[in-house]
Amino acid sequence: MGKTLFEKIWEKHLVKTIPGGPDVIYIDKHFIHEVTSPQAFAGIEKRGLKILHPEKIVATADHNVPTINQDLPIKDLLSRLQIEQLVQNCKNHNIELYGLGHPFQGIVHVIGPELGITQPGMTIVCGDSHTSTHGAFGSIAFGIGTSEVEMVFATQCILQSRPKVMRININGELNKGVVSKDIILYILSKISASGATGYFVEFAGSTILALSMEARMTICNMSIEMGAKGGMIAPDETTFKYIRNRRFAPVGGKWISKLDEWKKLYSDKDAIFDKEININANDIEPMITYGTNPGLGISINDKIPETESIVDEGEKKNIIKGLKYMGLQPGQFLKGMAVQNVFIGSCTNSRIEDLRLVANVIKGKKKNQNVKVMIVPGSQQVAAQIVAEGLDIIFKEAGFEIRQAGCSACLGMNDDKIPSGEYCISTSNRNFEGRQGAGARTMLASPLTAAAAAITGVVTDVRELLN
Amino acid sequence: MHPLKYIQSTFIPLQLENVDTDQIIPARFLKATTRDGFGKNLFRDWRYLDNDETQPKTDFILNKPEYHGTILVGGKNFGSGSSREHAAWAIVDYGFKVVVSSFFADIFKNNALNNGLLPLQVSEDFLQKIFRLDKDSKLTIDVDRQTVTIDSTGEHEMFDINSYKKTCLLNGYDDIDYLISNKAEIEAFEATLI
Repeated sequence: MGKTLFEKIWEKHLVKTIPGGPDVIYIDKHFIHEVTSPQAFAGIEKRGLKILHPEKIVATADHNVPTINQDLPIKDLLSRLQIEQLVQNCKNHNIELYGLGHPFQGIVHVIGPELGITQPGMTIVCGDSHTSTHGAFGSIAFGIGTSEVEMVFATQCILQSRPKVMRININGELNKGVVSKDIILYILSKISASGATGYFVEFAGSTILALSMEARMTICNMSIEMGAKGGMIAPDETTFKYIRNRRFAPVGGKWISKLDEWKKLYSDKDAIFDKEININANDIEPMITYGTNPGLGISINDKIPETESIVDEGEKKNIIKGLKYMGLQPGQFLKGMAVQNVFIGSCTNSRIEDLRLVANVIKGKKKNQNVKVMIVPGSQQVAAQIVAEGLDIIFKEAGFEIRQAGCSACLGMNDDKIPSGEYCISTSNRNFEGRQGAGARTMLASPLTAAAAAITGVVTDVRELLN
Repeated sequence: MHPLKYIQSTFIPLQLENVDTDQIIPARFLKATTRDGFGKNLFRDWRYLDNDETQPKTDFILNKPEYHGTILVGGKNFGSGSSREHAAWAIVDYGFKVVVSSFFADIFKNNALNNGLLPLQVSEDFLQKIFRLDKDSKLTIDVDRQTVTIDSTGEHEMFDINSYKKTCLLNGYDDIDYLISNKAEIEAFEATLI
């Protein structure tokens, strides 16, 4: 019997199986950031241990960094201390740090791929749920807790129960105005925020194959939002072309041998998945969320579903609570509704292609006067690229505020918060209560839909602006 | 880690689904560099109307003095969202030893177990039975026998936990100790890598 892509990589990294317990899995690459690592450093120090392979770790500061005046000392004392702690820990343990002020600094899930650190066939972990992003390269990548960070520090291994494997096939051509963010929000709306819990998901099909690497990353990034352990896409020419010549990509003979290895990374034709779901790309329209979990999305022209028809009492109660928080009603159209904020950024949608999409919609236009628009590039390199391409001029002329790289208003750990009660169309990944600031009302959407709302000041079908 | 063997306690019913880790511990409280003190901010934005903790939301279950105990009972898909272990630390620090739900998010489940907090998965039917109990009802959890019992009626259910994790919980062992004891095997594996 054939093997799935997931099985091939998992088995290659399997150190041992504990009878009646989880597997011991060897980790190739470990990313860390300032928020989920300090207690792990303290943990190994307390145990009197050394980090086994500091050379397999890459660190950056992203969650807690300000996005203005990054050259000045951080005003918030706790944020400053946490970032200083990371600097100290990396120094003490000989770990490569792309911290504040470094030209490679940025959101951990943006910099890994852009530096060519993320490669097919790897096992990758990070104390961050959106580590699933790296699966776009055909790797097993997943988020871990701080105790697990400590585990990998100490032994380069992790204990994990082997998840089941699901394949989601998406076939057909995408409609105009529909991008990869809409694909994943559509899947989420179909299978719910817990629809893939217990599974590792492989995305496949002609629609996926036609996507760029950055578009694929958006999809794998949000696989965690459906509860999946991670998401992955088999590497192909698009993948290899993306990696080649990046800073840490293999070169010379190493490149040739790696390529040979990577080309074997696909699910065999007769591989059996625990579950398969088929999606027709033609059914997908620009999506937007109305509730307080990412599974609650609708097509931009649809109404918020009526709650009477929901059979499951628990689900009904949750949706009603979410709608109350959002200040919305069942049966209401979102289209045409005024928004006060647009946030373009996060590990989901802050890469150069996302920002090009935005620029394409808004070029020569001005933002609506009632909307505050913040654009936060995912990394220093993306920030440099928008300047190189002149996109910064387009954004500035439109009245957008361009910030410096970081996680920013995706989770509002720094000062970038959405005011209580206000609406924000956000290209990020979570619309949880208070995620973007206490009382903030988040509607998740694609960079295109976010750009359209920035111009009109209301929830807009971007296709009306694309002609 | 403290061993966890047998718990008999009243419980706090949090009748909500998809309780995500941003609710359990909002991001603005993740700036600490130690594991301590997160219980104070557990469910912070559901507990307080204001930022200064002067106005508790009286209708929130943790603010109702008649509900207390070391068992937290939540709706399905408990712990979804961020990987922040701070969520498990906050629940433990507040004083809970067990979280009961019909469904847990993966990362939260691992984080809980790594802190000696038992994520106890019951059937949806059994969960609803628990939610229908009155505030003085007790649950008894026997980790070794893998059972959860409603004291007042004697109704019980078996729960799943792999034998490795069960041993860890019963004895207070953690995964790092285990992995370190496997050093030779890990080194042998590394030798096979190119």
